[in-house]
Amino acid sequence: MKRTHRANLALVAGTAVTAMVIAACGSSGTSTPSSSPSAGASSSSSAALTASAPGITATTITIGSHQPLTGVAAPGYDEIAPASNAYFQYVNAHGGIYGRKIVYKFLNDQYNPTDTSTVVHQLVLQDNVYAIFNGLGTPTHLAVAPFLNAQKVPDVFVASGCECWNAPAKWPDTYGWQLDYIREGKILGQYVAQHFKGKKIGYFSQDDEFGMDGVKGLDDEIPKSQVVARQTYNPTNVNVGPQVAALKAAGAQVVISFSVPAFTALLQLTSLKLKFSPQLVVSDVGSDPTTLGGLLAAFGKSKKLSALTSGIITDGYLPSLGSTNNSWITLFKKIHAQYIPKLPFDGNVAYGLAAGYTFVQAMFKAGRNPTRQDLLNAINGGLPQGPSVAPYAYSATDHNGITGAYIAIIKNGALVQKGPVLVTDTSSSGAITPYTTAQPPAPASGIPAP
Amino acid sequence: MTLARHTGAALLVAVVIFVLTIRLGPFRDYQIAEVAAYVTAVAGLTYLIGLSGQISIGHGAFMAIGAYASALLLLHLHWPLEAVFATSALAGAAAGGIIGVAAARLRGPYLAGATLLLAVALPSLADKYAGVFGGDQGLSVSVTTPAWLGVSFPPTRWLAWLTCAAALVTLVLLANLGRSRIGRSWRALRDNEVAASLAGLNVARMQILAFVVSSACAGLGGALLAVVTDIVSPGNFTLTLSISLLTAAILGGLGSLAGALWGGLVLVFVPTYVQDVATSHGLSSAASSNVPIAAYGVVLILVMLLFPSGIQGGLRRLLGPVAPAASAPFNALRRHAPASEHQEEGTT
Repeated sequence: MKRTHRANLALVAGTAVTAMVIAACGSSGTSTPSSSPSAGASSSSSAALTASAPGITATTITIGSHQPLTGVAAPGYDEIAPASNAYFQYVNAHGGIYGRKIVYKFLNDQYNPTDTSTVVHQLVLQDNVYAIFNGLGTPTHLAVAPFLNAQKVPDVFVASGCECWNAPAKWPDTYGWQLDYIREGKILGQYVAQHFKGKKIGYFSQDDEFGMDGVKGLDDEIPKSQVVARQTYNPTNVNVGPQVAALKAAGAQVVISFSVPAFTALLQLTSLKLKFSPQLVVSDVGSDPTTLGGLLAAFGKSKKLSALTSGIITDGYLPSLGSTNNSWITLFKKIHAQYIPKLPFDGNVAYGLAAGYTFVQAMFKAGRNPTRQDLLNAINGGLPQGPSVAPYAYSATDHNGITGAYIAIIKNGALVQKGPVLVTDTSSSGAITPYTTAQPPAPASGIPAP
Repeated sequence: MTLARHTGAALLVAVVIFVLTIRLGPFRDYQIAEVAAYVTAVAGLTYLIGLSGQISIGHGAFMAIGAYASALLLLHLHWPLEAVFATSALAGAAAGGIIGVAAARLRGPYLAGATLLLAVALPSLADKYAGVFGGDQGLSVSVTTPAWLGVSFPPTRWLAWLTCAAALVTLVLLANLGRSRIGRSWRALRDNEVAASLAGLNVARMQILAFVVSSACAGLGGALLAVVTDIVSPGNFTLTLSISLLTAAILGGLGSLAGALWGGLVLVFVPTYVQDVATSHGLSSAASSNVPIAAYGVVLILVMLLFPSGIQGGLRRLLGPVAPAASAPFNALRRHAPASEHQEEGTT
């Protein structure tokens, strides 16, 4: 069974050892050679756990992240890393990854690229992390992606839908995770083109990669003649009056918004003030009903205003939080209640839990004693579909994550799915097709099979 | 003479830095490089406020100008680093000249307001002209370690050497400038503009010059920060940065180059240290991430209460009788400012 030269490991008695034994037995029962990309000593289930890579010891896997825990981007987003950490604690309590416990060190970068650079240098050079996981934000993460790739530190599952993470030739160590904004724009655009034929359409988007990628996807699907106004906003200027007035003046009947939650709320409240009531279509990033409802109530100083979220058309790439019969939501609720009960059970928490699950999937596939390259090989070999409603795109030549979403309408603070899950690619000619394969249920243990 | 003494002191510091970068780990080297970038910018600002008596809450904007200049030069023209740094300083100086003309007409809170506007408005130009400046995601900057150092040479040690060399050259030049006729003229108009003008000084010209010098330092500091952090984007140059530079200058001790060093050290090391202590004591992420901000405030309040003239001023007071050399610049200035003006002109 498990042999170790460290005497102090004998102290790790009781449940921990039992759990490790179960994990080891479990892995010997399944077909490890096929799932482990590097055949050799590391794939043998009886091999001793070694310090096979920086950040990996016989007992722990240390990973790091940069997150906005204070500052403008913190509301809502500061729940993501604690949620991922909750999932890791759950895995640690149930045997860990081949017996190793995950230590997740996420540091505050205040959504400022200078701080991102500092904390990531600290994590890599001083704390010696095995990988950077789920670093949040486009401008922030762009500051460190070249450094991480130069250092050959796995840079997995960036928390941003920028298509830029999919650059295997330039950045072989970087992987996206969430549905990218181009795919999302295409899926939302097709729905609008089909269901609002001949209507006047206005765009409201953030003036950066996020907004631009989204609009690029929308333009692939919506006839140019239908778009009557293209307004952008800068996230540092909270006055969106001119933009909303322009949308109203152009007679937009449908407004598609690629905005962060605070600006979705500002768009809605300003529209209300100007007596402008178009059908609103909002990207997933800016439409989490709990976050958005809270912001509407806070900005408008009235609890009733949170009802404004009702009727918004959006999309979702994770199961709707309101679905009571989805095994993933059941699992997420259980972990939420056990480890992070003080946080609201919202889209951000689900996001963090789901991203954490994906990392554990990849680590199990990387083998018992993985090098850093083993993790990249594991993801390049493709990962089985997990909590997301559509499969991942991962391959050696594609570092995008989730490939599709369903259209939903917000009703009573929850997403109600409309129609099938749709998958597509990032090219302008790529078709949007229904994905009819049912989502595989969550494993009963809540932990991916090695 | 003064030049030789300052160069000697700089060489001594260079040796200390050399030893530190070899002995400490790669992350400490990175932090040393960060300190060098901030010190360069703070040194210029501390001269502007402490010597010429003008205020700027917008020095982050000059850093942005230098940083973008260096990023564009490295990206499109692949200039050697020395040329890039020099040009970034010039770009900062040019912007400082323009702002300085306006600044020379403004006093106190009006000047503060005008420079504040600059800090708020300038970074959004990068979004406006996204084609050139890369918009919100910015431009990436990459500096490769020279081949003669070997492949296994730690990149952050090279960064530390590079930035510290630039910072030391800046400090030596500033130290000489401060002891020259120009430095004395600044002090004169800081203390009493009317008197200075009666003594034959062109007040507006000297004030503009102070702005040019200080924004050249900020431009260079911005370029150094760009090569350290690998990226130049509007998010790097928020209003918070401008205010941090100001607090660093005040914390260290206005008008003092050694104070600029203290300020830079506080800016870089206090947040990291406090965060480490907070997380190692098992605080929740929500709490531990707010502790550094609170600690920064506490440090600011304590220094202002205990050492109203900043850390360097406090050290001078504590060590005053033992080391008279520390306060020599001020005394020397008072003693022979009017008489020796022409003799010392050549030292700059």
